[in-house]
Amino acid sequence: MIECKNVSKIYQTTSVETPALKGVSFQIKDGEFVAIMGPSGSGKSTLMHILGALDTPTEGEYFLDGKNVASLSDDELADIRKNKIGFIFQSFNLLPRATVIRNVILPLVYANVVKEEREKKARQALADAGLEETQFDHLSNQLSGGQMQRVAIARALVNDPSLILADEPTGNLDTKTGDIVMGTFQKLNKEQKRTIIIITHEHDVAEYADRIIFIRDGALVEDRENEHKRLGARTK
Amino acid sequence: MKTSDLFQETFLAIIANKVRSGLTILGIVIGIGSVIAMVSIGQGSAKSITDRVESLGTNLLTIMPGSQRGQMVRGGMGSATTLTLEDAEALKTISTVKTVAPTVSSRKQITIKGSNTNTSIYGIDANYFSVKSITLELGIAFSEVQYKSKNKVAIIGPTTRDTLFGENTDPVGQKIRIDGQEYTVIGVSESKGGTGMGSSDDLIYIPLGTAQQYITGSDKLSNISVEVLAADLMDSTEEAISALLLQRHNIASADSADFSIMNQADMLSAMTDMTSTLTLLLGSIAGISLIVGGIGIMNMMLTTVTERTREIGLRKAIGAKRGDISLQFLSEAVTLTFISGIIGILLGWLLSYLVSHFGGITTTISPQSVILAFGVSGAIGIIFGYYPARRAAKLNPIDALRYE
Ligand SMILES: Nc1ncnc2c1ncn2[C@@H]1O[C@H](COP(=O)(O)OP(=O)(O)OP(=O)(O)O)[C@@H](O)[C@H]1O
Ligand SMILES: [Mg+2]
Repeated sequence: MIECKNVSKIYQTTSVETPALKGVSFQIKDGEFVAIMGPSGSGKSTLMHILGALDTPTEGEYFLDGKNVASLSDDELADIRKNKIGFIFQSFNLLPRATVIRNVILPLVYANVVKEEREKKARQALADAGLEETQFDHLSNQLSGGQMQRVAIARALVNDPSLILADEPTGNLDTKTGDIVMGTFQKLNKEQKRTIIIITHEHDVAEYADRIIFIRDGALVEDRENEHKRLGARTK
Repeated sequence: MKTSDLFQETFLAIIANKVRSGLTILGIVIGIGSVIAMVSIGQGSAKSITDRVESLGTNLLTIMPGSQRGQMVRGGMGSATTLTLEDAEALKTISTVKTVAPTVSSRKQITIKGSNTNTSIYGIDANYFSVKSITLELGIAFSEVQYKSKNKVAIIGPTTRDTLFGENTDPVGQKIRIDGQEYTVIGVSESKGGTGMGSSDDLIYIPLGTAQQYITGSDKLSNISVEVLAADLMDSTEEAISALLLQRHNIASADSADFSIMNQADMLSAMTDMTSTLTLLLGSIAGISLIVGGIGIMNMMLTTVTERTREIGLRKAIGAKRGDISLQFLSEAVTLTFISGIIGILLGWLLSYLVSHFGGITTTISPQSVILAFGVSGAIGIIFGYYPARRAAKLNPIDALRYE
């Protein structure tokens, strides 16, 4: 259960203040599949970082499962991030100079998953994200944008998070791979009741969701059910 | 995070950043290696100098004719001739004096068939060898009779022997000519090391009476060596000798004394002062390289902070705790410093070995210099590898990921 109460975020640089979010309020219940849309620079990523407990609002409150995130300790936040949340960054943020497989294993290391299982889980997650097996041992900074995106997706899903936050997960993928990824999300949502929030520019992609939130200039402008729901390409 | 994971992360991080790790290691290695090598050279020379001075005899006072003041003008110590055998006899009455060894010395031309050299001739008495802690390598010391009857017999230093007769030969029984007169060699003294002035290896000993009669032609002495009963009696004995000789020479004030007394302990401490200055000098050069190395390490660690801060943000975003991050970076810094420390110590040891092997300078590696060098570079490596990381671990993941 996610609840934003009047959330604002103002970026303070030396001379200027940039208000990225201006009093956004909404709720997302467990098991919902939500798409966030809006023009570039409207504050989508900023909102997503707050939802993922990676950043805190400058004003207003954000409750995750009833807990005010700003009041949690650093270690409590770390526990939430590793056990509950799978985050796919717009810019991927892979560990450079580490192999693909190592990048996907890392969340399992911090979550104290036993050694024997890590490799197996990581390989499975990478395969599910559609990455070729031959690339598992490549360094992550030697991949193409689309390949990095798939590694980032695998890393977010490897630990079976109950809340999946994806910042433009299909932005670097061709339509076919994009459909496969969205199909996976839809399946995780329908069959395993995971909460999924994605950011996207494309209406096609947003149509997979049950609900679409529109943001403009840091404010919520529309929040509606998605009538033209679309079913993803079926995966195994 | 488990310990085995920590080690794996450390290993992967060091391997992944080969150049950075290599440069950090190089900085620490140079810092540690040079400190150890420099200090070992300094302390080695200090020790060999002190050893040499000590080998010349301990508790020793040497009385030389000629005043302390203006001795330069009068032509150097030992050139004046105011000390007599009676003075030497009189010194024996001082209770703290153990032995008195009057000496006559002079430089003369020595010839044998087919070879010649120019060296110091020492006229000595029976106490001399014990006062100067000199032992014989070959032959026997002068006998009572030889002293009394002023025989032309000689004991030669090992270097003189080498020059005249060839290395490690036994010249006992051979004849040498000093100033044209023939002497029989009856012994060779043991080498005490050292070369040049004051070396006890390149000289010839003959009985005191013989020297006074045939070499200097006078009953004056070149100096008197006095062995004092104990080290803590040196100063009082020196005063007593001074008073006695002033009285015997009818001189009212110590300022116009016609002799001077040299204290072996003074000489030793002068030498020690000199060598500790040397050690200090080498030490500061080494210290500078340690600082330069340290700044290198610091620079290395700090310039990678931006990159590492992003990494820290990323790790936190996928669930790393602050403690996980701190531990990882601490472990990385400790590992790098430790590896460099070992290599640095080996390098320092190798350098000082090479210096003593090819440079002929004695070197002593002291544990203090190892600890100091290791400690300083280790501390720098750990502080500058660990604290920026700890600071970055306190940022929230997004701020760390954006860090510039
Ligand atoms: N660290 C920052 N410092 C200052 N301003 C920032 C910072 N991050 C974002 N902003 C500003 O906040 C606003 C919202 O940025 P945000 O990244 O949330 O946009 P977005 O909706 O994700 O855009 P896009 O669709 O292009 O990814 C922008 O005007 C941006 O310039
Ligand atoms: Mg964005």
